[in-house]
Amino acid sequence: MSVPAIEIQGVRKAFRRREREAGAPWWKREWKEKVALHELDLAVVPGGITGILGPNGSGKSTLIRILGTLLTPDSGTARVFGWDVVKEALEVRTHVNRVSVEAAFFKELSPWENMVYAARLYGNVRRGTRRRVLEVLELLGLPRDVIDQPMKQLSRGQQQKVAIARSFLTAPSLLLMDEPTTGLDPRSKKEVQAVLETLRAEREITVLICTHDMDEAAALCERVLMMDGGRVLADGSPAELCREHGGATLEDVFMHLTGKRLEAEEAEEVAR
Amino acid sequence: MTVEVRRSIRRLGAGYSEMSALIGFAERQLYVYKRYWVWEIVWLFYSIVSVLSIGFLASGLDTMGAGSGGFDLHRAQLYLLIGALLWGYLSLVFMEAAYAIAWERWEGTIEYTFMAPVRRVTHLMGICLFAIGYGLARTFIVLLVAVAIFDIDFSHANIGGALFVLGASIVPLIGLAILTSVLPLLSPQKGEQMSFAVQGFMLLVSGVYYPLSVLPAPLQVAGAISPLTYALAGMRRSLLEGAGVGEQIPTAALLVAMGVVLVPAGIVVFGWAERRAKSLGLLKRSG
Repeated sequence: MSVPAIEIQGVRKAFRRREREAGAPWWKREWKEKVALHELDLAVVPGGITGILGPNGSGKSTLIRILGTLLTPDSGTARVFGWDVVKEALEVRTHVNRVSVEAAFFKELSPWENMVYAARLYGNVRRGTRRRVLEVLELLGLPRDVIDQPMKQLSRGQQQKVAIARSFLTAPSLLLMDEPTTGLDPRSKKEVQAVLETLRAEREITVLICTHDMDEAAALCERVLMMDGGRVLADGSPAELCREHGGATLEDVFMHLTGKRLEAEEAEEVAR
Repeated sequence: MTVEVRRSIRRLGAGYSEMSALIGFAERQLYVYKRYWVWEIVWLFYSIVSVLSIGFLASGLDTMGAGSGGFDLHRAQLYLLIGALLWGYLSLVFMEAAYAIAWERWEGTIEYTFMAPVRRVTHLMGICLFAIGYGLARTFIVLLVAVAIFDIDFSHANIGGALFVLGASIVPLIGLAILTSVLPLLSPQKGEQMSFAVQGFMLLVSGVYYPLSVLPAPLQVAGAISPLTYALAGMRRSLLEGAGVGEQIPTAALLVAMGVVLVPAGIVVFGWAERRAKSLGLLKRSG
């Protein structure tokens, strides 16, 4: 039996902040706890794309950060390919890469310089790296001449594609995608989704994707988890979820489970 | 293939990855500075102006009558200029390394870097490696300008002895820089300003422009535990009095001993701060 790509048992995460009550004196602040993830259990088998759907504050990004060793859970254990994300963080990091909603780049540097930096961090620089980078950029529909332009001159869609290309370059076994298409124009969104489809077909990679986009989740994911308030409300294939909850679309299922519309939240987020 | 051979191959692979990352951090800094070259010219100008002001301050003492009596003006000028040049170098290395985390926060890359499969010691050493090379290059340019303008006489200097102390001073300096780089990790909002405060305090107590004896007693104690004090005093002894490598061995040994304590202490404290940041979710917040 193969080791699960992700194995989470009883993971809980809360954040403590010192806040001032309305009307309290300026010096009086009290600790407040906000639970981002309630006790969560999850197992994901290697390969395929698993989607996490949920509004802002549902715990999606917290989950992704825990798996990426950027946050430590308050309790419970999380393992990636058998390695504990807290005790064996270095081993976990060799197998994981993340594409986040805000493309994390040195904006003055070019895509090439950012990618060489990434490849060096992952010990992947060798002869032919530039050719590989160009191939991946081309696959993502980026013109060749962007490779030496400063990142700040690229559109947000182009930056996001470079972020995806960068993650491919480091050949991760688990790719964590935190709203990779949020804020992209429809054409860029389609191109990114097409790349994910290709990835699913061609590479042995497990993808965990957080998204607001119900259509994207329905089209790409074999399995979907719906989250709200730090809890998983539903778990299954898009077809199963629609069947079980009596909806024609995932949006209907989400509405049925939470009484909220997720797409309205996305529009609000993009407008902000 | 035996287990031992497999382990050796794995160790070699890990060593290659860490070396690759070490180069990656230094190379990234080089790329960043290349792109911000206008800023670099501005900072170089600022460094030159700062050192020249100190040189002219010494010249000005002459016109104010300080030159009369047993006061050796030329020596005073050299004393101050050496202090200004070395402080320029030491503070630059110190701040470059200390700013490593603050910089990643500005750029929004801190999470990406912290997710990379790299040991933190490699990360911090890569940054320090670049900072030392960059600091030496910039200080050399400032030194050339200062020598040309003030006609500095290094005929009594022992350059070998000075370089020996300079080399030894790098070790504790890295430790101090790592300790200071913890501040932006502890407080995303105030850490950067706290780094400035630490730098200012080091300037006050390390005998950059005056001997420690002029300071009040508590500050003299602080100066006595600052490695920069011994680095500056040692280099002055070589440049002003011609102390050679042999005479500088005790100073160099003291500096290395301080580094042996400060570097591991810095790494341990950084590890604690990183765990705290990951527990409180401070890596994400940038302000």
